[in-house]
Amino acid sequence: MRKLLLLIIIIVTAIGFTARLFYLQIYDTSYENLSRNNAVKILYDYPQRGYLFDRNNKLLVANQPSYDVMAIPREIKAFDTLEFCKILNTKKEKLVKQLNKARNYSRQLPSVIVPQLTKSEYAYLQEKMWKYEGFYIQKRSLRDYKTKAAANVLGFIGEVNNRIIKKQPYYRSGDLIGKQGIESAYEKELRGIKGVKYIQKDRLNREIAPYKAGKLDTLPVRGKDLHLTIDIELQEYGKKLMQNKRGGIVAIEPSSGEILALITAPSYDPDLLVGRKRSTNYTRMYYDTISKPLYDRGLLAEYPPGSPFKTINALIALEEGVIAPEDRFSCYHGYKYGSRGRKMGCHAHPSPVNLTKGIAVSCNSYFAQVYRKIIEKYEPPQKGLDNWRKHLESFGFGNFLGYDLPPGRPGRIPSAAYYDKVYPAKNWRATTTLSNAIGQGEVVSTPIQLANMTAAIANRGFYYTPHMLKKINNTKITEPKFTTKKHTTISPIHFEKVIEGMEQVFTKGTASFLQVPGISICGKTGTAENFTKIDGKRTQLTDHSIFIAFAPKNNPQIALAVFVENGYWGARYAGRISSLMIEKYIKKEITLKRMEEWVLNHSLEEEYAKPYSGEPFKINQ
Amino acid sequence: MAKSNLGNIDWISILVYFLLVIFGWINIYSASLSDAATSYFDLNQPYGKQALWIGLSMIFIIIILATESKFFERFSSIIYMVSLVSLLGLFIFGKTISGATSWYVFGGISIQPSEFAKAATALALAKYISDLQTNMKHFKHQAKALLILALPALLIMGQPDAGSALVYAAFIFTMYREGIAGLYLFLGFLAISVFVLTLLFNATTVIICSSIIAICIYFLTKKKKNLISKLVIYTIGISLFSFSVNYVFNHVFKQHHRDRFNIVLGKEVDAKGIGYNTDQSEIAIGSGGWFGKGWTEGTQTKGGFVPEQHTDYIFSTVGEEWGFVGSVFVIILFSILIIRALFIAERQKSQFNRVYCYSVASILFIHFFVNIGMVIGIVPTVGIPLPFFSYGGSGLWGFTMLVFIMVKLDSDRMTSNF
Repeated sequence: MRKLLLLIIIIVTAIGFTARLFYLQIYDTSYENLSRNNAVKILYDYPQRGYLFDRNNKLLVANQPSYDVMAIPREIKAFDTLEFCKILNTKKEKLVKQLNKARNYSRQLPSVIVPQLTKSEYAYLQEKMWKYEGFYIQKRSLRDYKTKAAANVLGFIGEVNNRIIKKQPYYRSGDLIGKQGIESAYEKELRGIKGVKYIQKDRLNREIAPYKAGKLDTLPVRGKDLHLTIDIELQEYGKKLMQNKRGGIVAIEPSSGEILALITAPSYDPDLLVGRKRSTNYTRMYYDTISKPLYDRGLLAEYPPGSPFKTINALIALEEGVIAPEDRFSCYHGYKYGSRGRKMGCHAHPSPVNLTKGIAVSCNSYFAQVYRKIIEKYEPPQKGLDNWRKHLESFGFGNFLGYDLPPGRPGRIPSAAYYDKVYPAKNWRATTTLSNAIGQGEVVSTPIQLANMTAAIANRGFYYTPHMLKKINNTKITEPKFTTKKHTTISPIHFEKVIEGMEQVFTKGTASFLQVPGISICGKTGTAENFTKIDGKRTQLTDHSIFIAFAPKNNPQIALAVFVENGYWGARYAGRISSLMIEKYIKKEITLKRMEEWVLNHSLEEEYAKPYSGEPFKINQ
Repeated sequence: MAKSNLGNIDWISILVYFLLVIFGWINIYSASLSDAATSYFDLNQPYGKQALWIGLSMIFIIIILATESKFFERFSSIIYMVSLVSLLGLFIFGKTISGATSWYVFGGISIQPSEFAKAATALALAKYISDLQTNMKHFKHQAKALLILALPALLIMGQPDAGSALVYAAFIFTMYREGIAGLYLFLGFLAISVFVLTLLFNATTVIICSSIIAICIYFLTKKKKNLISKLVIYTIGISLFSFSVNYVFNHVFKQHHRDRFNIVLGKEVDAKGIGYNTDQSEIAIGSGGWFGKGWTEGTQTKGGFVPEQHTDYIFSTVGEEWGFVGSVFVIILFSILIIRALFIAERQKSQFNRVYCYSVASILFIHFFVNIGMVIGIVPTVGIPLPFFSYGGSGLWGFTMLVFIMVKLDSDRMTSNF
C-alpha cells in the first residue's frame, strides 16, 4: 500500500486531467466562439449593389453612398453623450434605447446605432470620431432611383431583420437586403458578395496583424447589373394614364414572355423608401388601406375576369368540338335557362350570332350556350367541369404563374370538388355554374394572368412564363423556366376564328371607337360586377372596366390586360388606355391626342370616395 | 573522473526529459513570439534565452553524470546548508520582482535559489532518513525530518512565495513511503476536505454533517470499544478546524487569496476581473479542439490574452495550438516520467537513493498537479511553474539537477554499497 499510493494518485490525476481537457476542448464547443470573439475582429467590405437598366439600356436604379454609425457595445467607453446627440441630431433617450438594443443583440458584434447619415452629418462626425471609442462609421450604398414610375416593379432595400439573420448567416445586423420586387427576387445577383477581413487582436483590443496572414480574407465581389424587360417609357406613360384611377396594366411581349410594363395605381415615389425616413414612410403607406400604394394590383388583385374570359371559352368549345365557328345561337336580350325561368341578361344587338360576331358584340347568350355545351359534353357535369378547368389551367389560370417577382396570387378556377362542397347533394348542373361562361361568379384571376392569356392567344397556342429579367451583366438569361415554350391544350387552328372575332371588336364591335390608325388591334372588352361590404352589408359598386388586347394581329409585339376599378364598362377606361399603350409602344408616339386628353382629364376619385362617404349613392352613372 | 556506467543509465527518463524540454521550448517560442523576432535564438526574446538555458543545462547534465555518485550523499548536508544560506541571503541581497524577493541578480542574469533548494532538501532528507540511527516511527525523528523540510519552506514563505513553499508538501509522500503513519496522510486529506467544504458551504454545515457521519459510523460499527471517544475527538477536531478555517479565510487571508479560492470553487464568476487568468486560459485551451490551431497559429496566444503565458500558463499554449491530442501527449509524458521515477526509487538498494528518487517523483508530481490543474481551472491559482516547460533558467536547471542526480544515482545502484 505504501508503495502504491503515489502511483494511484498519479494515474487518477492523469485521467482527471484528460477528462477535464476532453470537456474543455471537445465536449464544450462554446470556447471556440469565445476565442473567436476575443481575438479576431471581422471587418466587412460592402460591394456596390448591381445597377438596374430597362430593355433599352436606360438606367433605372444606381447607387448613392450612405454612412451608418455602428457600435460594438463592449468596446464603448464613457463618452460625451450630449455632444454626440447634437452632432447626430438625435435625442438622448433614443440613443440610449439604441445602445440597449445593440447590447441585447450582441456585446461583441457591431450594431447600427444611427443609420444613414446625411453627407454633412458624416463629414462633421468623422472629424470627431476619435472621441467615441467603440463607435465607427460603416459605409454602405443606398439606391438612387432614376425613375419614379416603377416602384412596384423595382421594390426597395432595407435593413435585414433578426429572423433573416438567423436563417441566412450571410447577413449581419445592419446589412441591407432587397425587400420587394426585383430587389428581393434578384437579391443574390444584385448584392454581390461582401469582402471579409479577419484581423488578429490582442488583449488590449489593438489590431496587431491580419489573422492567418490574410489567408481567409476575401475581396468584395460587385453586384451584377441587371437588364429588365420593361420599357421604361411605356411604363412611365402607363403610370401617367392611370393617374386618378385605381387598377393595373400588364403588358407582355408575346414572343418572349417579357413583361414590358407592369403598372399599379396608385403607387408611390420610390425615394420615400430610401434613407432614414424609410421606416416612417413605409409604416404610413402600409396602413393606408384605402389607396393601398404598396399593393401591386397587377400581380395581387384578384378580380372576376369578365367578358375577356369569353374568348377562352370559345377556344375550349372549338377544341372540344362542341361547336363549329359558324354555328349560330339566338339572343333575346338574354338567355333563359332552367325550369324556374332564370335568365342571364344581355344588351341589344342583332341576333342570332356566330362565333366571331358573338365575340365582337360580347353576346352573353351565345357564350352561355357554348359553356353549357362544354360542360354537358360529359356526364356527369363534374367530369365536364374538370375537363374545362384543365384547359384553363394550361393558360396559367388558377395557379401561381411562376414569374420572377414576389409570387402574387393564384386566382381561382373552380373545380368539381369546389361545387360539390358548395352543393353537398352534388346535384349541380352546367346551368348552376353558368356565370363562368362570361367570366363572372366563382372565376377570379389577376391582371397578369389575363395578360398572359392574351399573349397565348396572340401566339396562337403557347406562352412563355412572364418575366422581368432580360440580361445579367449583359448576358441574356438562359433560365429554362423563362425560355421554354408552354403549350396550351388548344390546337393552333382554332385560334384564327377567335382572333377574327377579337379584331371585329375594334372594327365592328364594342370598341369600334378605339381603333388606332395603321395598327390592327385584336381585343376584348370586359365589364365586371363587383361588391364590397359597407357596415357589414354586401353592396354593389360601379362595375370594373376591363380590357385585353394584342397588336398587331400578325406577329404581335404587345399583349396587355388593363383593369380600372369601378371604371363602369370595358371600353370606357380600360379600352382607351389599351389603345394608347399599344400606340405608344408600337409607334413610339401618340396620334390619338383627344383620347389621351380624355383619359388624363377623367378622374375616378369621386367614384372611389362614394362608399366612404357614409351617404347612399348610385352606381354605374 | 568517476567510473560511470553508461550501460546502467535510465534512457527512458532521459528520453522523456528531452521530449519535454524540446516541446516546452517550442511552446515558449510560440507564446513569446513577437514582430521584432529575428532568429530562433534571438537573445532579446524569452525563447532565445530559454534556448541558451537549455544549452547550459547540458553542461549541468555532463557535470552531474561525471560526478562520483557518493559525492551527493556525502555532501548532501553541505549542499543543504549552502542552499539555506542562499535563501537567507535573499533577505539582504535579494531583488524584488512582482512582489516577491526571490532573486539574485548578477549582471543581466537572475537566479532563483528556491528552485535549487528542492533538490538540496531532497538530498538532505534522504541523508537523514537513510541514517542507521533514524527510525521514522519515532516521533522525535519525524519531527527532525519535518524540520529539514520546514526550514527552506518557511524561508521561501517569507519571500513571500507561497507557491514554491507549497511544493514542500510533496515530501509527505516520501515520508509516508518511509514509514510515518498513514494517519498523517489521512489527517492531511481530511484537513483539505474540511477546508474546501467549509469554504463551499460554511462551518456550521460542515460540523452538522460530520456529527451525523460520526453517529452513523457509531451505529454501523460492531466493535464499539473506545469508538465513542475516538469519534468525539474527531468531531471536535473537525469543528475546531472548520471554525479556524473560516476565521483564517475571512481575517488572515488577503482578498486576492480569497478570490483565487472562490473562483475555483465556482462561488464567484467574474471573467473580467479576478477570474481573468483562469477564464482566458480555459478559452485558449477550449478553442484548441482535437488537434489545435497549429504551431504559432493560436489566436489567444498571439493576442496575449493569457497572462504569464510563457511561464506559469504555458500549458494553455499547448492546449490551444496542439489541441486535445497535444495536451494529452504532455500529460502522458509527465505521467511516464513520474511513474518511472517511482519505479527507479523502488529498485534502489540504498535507502538514500530510494528516498531521494521518491522525493523527485513527489516534487515533479506536485508541480504537475498544481500547475496543470490551475491552468485548466480545477486547482486554485498558485504560481508554480510546469517543470521543463515554463520559461526560466533557474527552474529548468533546478529540475534538470533533480532528475539527473536521480539518473546518476540510479546508474550506480549496483556499485553503491556502503
